[in-house]
Amino acid sequence: MIRVSELCVNYGAIRALQDVSFEATPGKITAVLGANGAGKTTLLRAISGLVTPQSGTISLADQPLVRVATENIARMGVAHVPEGRGVIEELTVEENLRLGALASKVNISEGIEAQYAQFPVLGDRRRKYCGTLSGGERQMLAMARALIARPKVLLLDEPSLGLAPQVTAELMKTILAACEAENLTVILVEQNAKGALRISHDAVVLHLGRVVANGSAAQVAADEDLRRYYLGLVEE
Amino acid sequence: MSSFLTSSFMSNIFGGLAQGVIYSLVALSLVIIWQSTHVLNFAQGAMAMFATYVGMTQIDRGLNYWWCVIISVLVGMAFGGITERVLIRPLYGKPEINPIVVMVGFLGVIEAATTAIWTSTSRNIAAPFSQIYFKADGKLVLLSPFIIFQIILAVVIMMLVAALFRFTRLGLQLRASALAPEVARLLGVRVSRMLTIGWMLSAGVGSIAAVILASGSFGLFPTNMDGVFVAGFIAAAVGGLDSPVGAIAGGLIIGLTEQFVLAYWSPSVAPLGGMIVLVAVLMVRPHGLFTRSVSRRV
Repeated sequence: MIRVSELCVNYGAIRALQDVSFEATPGKITAVLGANGAGKTTLLRAISGLVTPQSGTISLADQPLVRVATENIARMGVAHVPEGRGVIEELTVEENLRLGALASKVNISEGIEAQYAQFPVLGDRRRKYCGTLSGGERQMLAMARALIARPKVLLLDEPSLGLAPQVTAELMKTILAACEAENLTVILVEQNAKGALRISHDAVVLHLGRVVANGSAAQVAADEDLRRYYLGLVEE
Repeated sequence: MSSFLTSSFMSNIFGGLAQGVIYSLVALSLVIIWQSTHVLNFAQGAMAMFATYVGMTQIDRGLNYWWCVIISVLVGMAFGGITERVLIRPLYGKPEINPIVVMVGFLGVIEAATTAIWTSTSRNIAAPFSQIYFKADGKLVLLSPFIIFQIILAVVIMMLVAALFRFTRLGLQLRASALAPEVARLLGVRVSRMLTIGWMLSAGVGSIAAVILASGSFGLFPTNMDGVFVAGFIAAAVGGLDSPVGAIAGGLIIGLTEQFVLAYWSPSVAPLGGMIVLVAVLMVRPHGLFTRSVSRRV
């Protein structure tokens, strides 16, 4: 479980996160929603140790994560698929996957074969450089590369960005399946609130760095004010 | 056949290759550092020269040639690692010119220190290979057992480096750290360790180039590597700074070009030959001959 409490992050004089507290539990997807600049990406970067908070705590199963080096947080079982997916274009599909498995204890070739079984299109492209992949294929590779190390926690930053609706729907199903099969703690940052709420169990809504709502996904989805003023979900 | 081997054309080919492999090694060492830290190390030649001086002086203590070579390479690697930790590490995230300026300054310091310790006279260590040219039908073939050794040593080192980058876990982590440091860290790669290892590898390869020079009949002197560094840098730029294969090809191209300009025009304009090749290549392919991606800023 990931527990964030009273987290404050500044970028210079700008406060990006203010007193953010929430919990994300294993086997559940926690959606983090909000408009551009709400602090969603900053929150994930703080969990991964890419930014150092001014105050507050973050813990993974009661082990503190603040001021732990990013690579060690990754080795503790936190997989972070960054904004833009972080696929290394100059490496092949297989090299990207191999890299994902290196720091973990999994058997690399078995792990890679398991991911090819899960995502057959990656197997077909295994020797291709990732610069040649489509957006959907890149997202699949980023997911496979994160899952290959058998993480405890999966942080996803705008996975649906730039994907066609059908590909997004497929991706959301994959995320939910992985979460349930591996008892993963998933924190899903999305601007696509509608798609995210459909598969999430819990939801946190951020607005200008503060938590404005925190509850079950169903509660958040049912709240007219939240939908209208913070999530931009207005029914015509 | 023998008249072919003794022809002036083949003599120039042999001479060009012998010089070219030295440039290739220097270029390769620059590419390794570029690939792992995106820094151009202007002190590369001087660092290799210093390490080789340390190795060479061991022969005075009765060690044989091979031990001196091994010591030179190990000292070079340690020197490279320490340089990265002490001089380069504080400069990450600063403007790209900063490490360049620091390393140009460091180049001067190393050369001055070497001169102070060992004087500026040329020193050499004899390789256990004859430097007498072969003969065919009473005529010289500009190839000696030593030159063959020099070429084989360089090729073996290059193949080892290529295999390391391509086929090993360490090589994959080195490449990932250079291409996308943040992503690499998110995948658990100890990027800062990789940067140090990259510098160590690079300095080790560079030391081989200086060892070859020191083993030749002209020996090594403190500013000796300056010209070799410039040629190696041109070779790396011609081949593409991202490409180890390009570094090797670039070195051979520059070595052969210089040799032919020297033979058919004048020794004094030989270095100009390399420059002309550089300008011509960069006009046609601004990222070098062997670079795969053209999207990155060089």
